[in-house]
Amino acid sequence: MSDIASRVKKIVVEHLGVEEDKVTENASFIDDLGADSLDTVELVMAFEEEFGIEIPDDAAETIQTFGDAVKFISEAA
Amino acid sequence: MFDLTGKAALVTGASGGIGGAVARALHARGAQVALSGTRVGPLEALRDELGDGAHVVACDLSDPASVEALPKAAAEAMGSVDILVNNAGITRDNLFMRMSDAEWQSVIDVNLTSTFRLCRGVLRGMMKARWGRIVNISSVVGATGNPGQGNYAAAKAGMVGMSKSLAYEVASRGITVNCVAPGFIETAMTDKLNDEQKAKILGQIPAGRMGSGEEIAAAVIYLASTEAGYVTGATLHINGGMAMI
Repeated sequence: MSDIASRVKKIVVEHLGVEEDKVTENASFIDDLGADSLDTVELVMAFEEEFGIEIPDDAAETIQTFGDAVKFISEAA
Repeated sequence: MFDLTGKAALVTGASGGIGGAVARALHARGAQVALSGTRVGPLEALRDELGDGAHVVACDLSDPASVEALPKAAAEAMGSVDILVNNAGITRDNLFMRMSDAEWQSVIDVNLTSTFRLCRGVLRGMMKARWGRIVNISSVVGATGNPGQGNYAAAKAGMVGMSKSLAYEVASRGITVNCVAPGFIETAMTDKLNDEQKAKILGQIPAGRMGSGEEIAAAVIYLASTEAGYVTGATLHINGGMAMI
């Protein structure tokens, strides 16, 4: 797993309080990991801070799964 | 009870009667305060009076860029913004049939839209801290209406609905959002009334007098406290019994 993926996973695990092995490529934050809409906003905030990037609102809406997040951040960072 | 040591509070309209009283009360309970307003002179005088832990952060609430910058400026001065008191307000009274779009819009912009922007601006820090207090100063006329104040009443009622919606969204993060709705309080805003108007108003107030800024500040202190953590989405009416709602 890439460095970015492991850092993203750490944030997701800590923020949503889920088991690490639940955070798979296609795991949806809301449907599979129990996030509510506010959690997804907070996750995006945490990603922005961890990676020093800005994630615009329209991009944030496309980040639905763990894989989406890793892909977006890999391209932006 | 109601100790605010270690908290940082941003108060808009701190040069006014209610805002000044709120800032003094927050500071007296141990909070740092960022005093905001358009008139820097009175803000600096209040800062000098309060001494340590008081900061001036000037802002013109009719200017969106100035409003966007305010939460950041306050957080830089104090380290964080844990408590936001949206107190600033203007009136541009006119009979409905004569009210211009400009009179309508300026009151909505300063009283309601700036409150929205400031709430949005402080939320990130409060979400991360899992603690925050937002107290929006509404008005009895937001609930009762008032002839000549269609714009002001709309803004103040809008504030209540907005606060309740935000209260829903952030309750699970330890952030409360409440309103305080003053009745007639002795301030520069009510000084503009003539004796006849004042007499008429007093006739509608069971307490038989206007309220003081300190009596509003006491409610703000309560809602800003850790002890009030289970109070959210509420509007506390302080009006001498003028409207028992």
